[in-house]
Amino acid sequence: MCKDFTITVFTEDHIGLLNRITSVFTRRHLNIESLNTSESQIPGIHRFTIVLNTTEEIVQKIVLQLEKQVEVIKAVYHLDEETVFQEITLFKVSVEQAAQHNLVERLIRDKNARILSVEQDFMIIEKTGHKAENDDLLEFLRPFGLIDYVKSGRVSLIKPDEELKNLHELVNEAKQANNNQSFN
Amino acid sequence: MQMEATIAQSVSEKVKTSGAEAVIRSLLAEKVDLLFGYPGGAIMPVYDALFHYQQALKHVLTRHEQGAIHAAQGYARATGKVGVVMATSGPGATNLITGIADAMIDSTPLVCITGQVGSHLLGTDAFQETDIISISMPCTKWNFQVTKAEEIPAALAKAFYIAQSGRPGPVLIDITKDAQFGEVEFEYSPCQNVRSYKPEPPINPEAIEQAAELINSAKRPFVLFGQGVILGQAEEEFKSFIEKTGIPAASTLLGLSALPTDHPLNVGMLGMHGNYGPNKLTNECDVLIAIGMRFDDRVTGDLSRYAVQAKVIHLDIDPSEINKNVKVQVPVLGNCKETLKHLTQAVKRKSHQAWLEQFRAYDQIEHEQVIEPELKPLGPELTMGEVIRQVNELARGEAILVTDVGQHQMVACRYTHFKQTKSNITSGGLGTMGFCLPAALGAKLGTPDREVVAVIGDGGFQMTLQELGTIFQTKAAVKIIILNNSFLGMVRQWQQLFFDKRYSSTEMVNPDFVKIAEGYGIKGRSIKQRSQLKEAVAEMLDHKESYLLEVHVGKEDNVFPMVPTGASVSDVRLS
Repeated sequence: MCKDFTITVFTEDHIGLLNRITSVFTRRHLNIESLNTSESQIPGIHRFTIVLNTTEEIVQKIVLQLEKQVEVIKAVYHLDEETVFQEITLFKVSVEQAAQHNLVERLIRDKNARILSVEQDFMIIEKTGHKAENDDLLEFLRPFGLIDYVKSGRVSLIKPDEELKNLHELVNEAKQANNNQSFN
Repeated sequence: MQMEATIAQSVSEKVKTSGAEAVIRSLLAEKVDLLFGYPGGAIMPVYDALFHYQQALKHVLTRHEQGAIHAAQGYARATGKVGVVMATSGPGATNLITGIADAMIDSTPLVCITGQVGSHLLGTDAFQETDIISISMPCTKWNFQVTKAEEIPAALAKAFYIAQSGRPGPVLIDITKDAQFGEVEFEYSPCQNVRSYKPEPPINPEAIEQAAELINSAKRPFVLFGQGVILGQAEEEFKSFIEKTGIPAASTLLGLSALPTDHPLNVGMLGMHGNYGPNKLTNECDVLIAIGMRFDDRVTGDLSRYAVQAKVIHLDIDPSEINKNVKVQVPVLGNCKETLKHLTQAVKRKSHQAWLEQFRAYDQIEHEQVIEPELKPLGPELTMGEVIRQVNELARGEAILVTDVGQHQMVACRYTHFKQTKSNITSGGLGTMGFCLPAALGAKLGTPDREVVAVIGDGGFQMTLQELGTIFQTKAAVKIIILNNSFLGMVRQWQQLFFDKRYSSTEMVNPDFVKIAEGYGIKGRSIKQRSQLKEAVAEMLDHKESYLLEVHVGKEDNVFPMVPTGASVSDVRLS
């Protein structure tokens, strides 16, 4: 049965590693639902958050093949209920339409959105939430002069404390066991 | 003397050198004495630096970069050392890709060094610029682009460490031309650790215990061994393990020669064209012990009907191999040289004579229906099997067998009796036609004291025959046998069996191979008759230099047994 899995990958911060990571998915003809990369809590260590809709059997294999990459320190996967996650969508809406339909108050009161900027012709609205909530707002805005929108990938933190601690220990341990090379 | 002093210096003392010279000094520090390659614009500074070190570091100029990398693969497989190959940017680098992919899937340790355009030209579609880092990413264990001279020693140290540790594989270092021209305070310290990389997973004593329990209570245990035994240098540990437990053992294609063919517990080869007993009895064993093998689809056939009755123990150094294809009850992670030691201590001494007899009974059937007709054919045409057996006998089983891909490969691997390890070099996972001739050259240069016999089909030979030029130039005494059936034999066999004999683009009109060899100064001979075989093979083996023997074999002979694609291993066909 296919489900959404959030894969978290801790890696070195090296050029080209994104290619190497995505090619693990490409070669199995898997589509990545969303991908976010950023620094991590540990300096010098990069963090990937990848959402994949697939079976648990496949995600297990993917995680092992990710971890096999020389510059990957750790890869884990979690179900939605094991993580706290968020996505962000930015909307560009016509100011005229927003005023006509009294959108602003509804957006802020009912939809928990924020207004980031108001220009002469348009305004930028920000909504963070789960994908379904953001998509719900998208559908709400469509009839009201929606000019443009953009969605971010998922960012997610793992709930089980113990697991997170182990992860950080592992990363720290790896960091301490740094090789004696002038670069790594 | 001066040269020796320089080499010693290269390891210990800090010296100011060019990036190009740092490449050479790093190779010397890694005790490389032979590399294969092909020069070109973007790697010229390194070739120029090499000029001064020719005595210490021999460079073999192949006739194509693909030849260079296959030669490096043959060298690595025969010696167990890292094969080194060098090429220029652009086409030089892309010509390495087939060999890199081959080395990746067959776990061969390689360090590939490619030249790259100057760093200021990166991304500008400069002459002979190609993004070899991106291109080689999915088929290298690790790759890295060097843009500064000072990065060179550490990058190469890391490359050698990664290529040969854990599950070996190919590594590529791409060096921009300005980095080669740049200056570096050369100092070399071998790499011993990469923080993100754990080449050998720790051994779990519980797994050893569980595996031992399963093995001790098994009634019909069966061992499958692969190249991991050879790569882990665990041949002795492996032999002790099967001898103590009395378990019949069958080899994958790449595992061949890890255990002598004539060992009483060696029950033959697995897979699509493997032996009858091992394929049949895979579906009757109660415990399957896989050692350093990866359950390739050519070994397993239909997975849903593969050893479903058995409990599976899998010894492997690569955690991502566990449960990849076959569900495993007891994974035993680690280097099998270590895990086998522990396991052998934990298991009871046993024998499984009746079970072993079952393999022998199947051997008998295979012998009567397949082997006997292949080795003692009634028809006038020579068979591949009788040629291979003749070579094997006259070489006393001591030669390194290098094969290409196709019918001749399966026949050669089936009918050769191996006595010592690292004697079977073939392109297993990737199935690269054209692999054999350059790989045999590399194997011979790496092990000059061993007889190296290249067995090639007429198709594969013509994919890399330009390497006859390298054989000629290096005087490597490679013995070449072309088993010529004027067909792409394996494809034709499939066309016959599964495509109603529609021989679409498989028949070949071939040139005079002996004349081609002559052109390269290599003695050659072509035979068709059985009466000529023994004497011709003897002449080839006795010849001190390289020799090409073309043997015309039956045009439409087939290789059996065969597990058709999609069939279960126990549905293996004898005809």
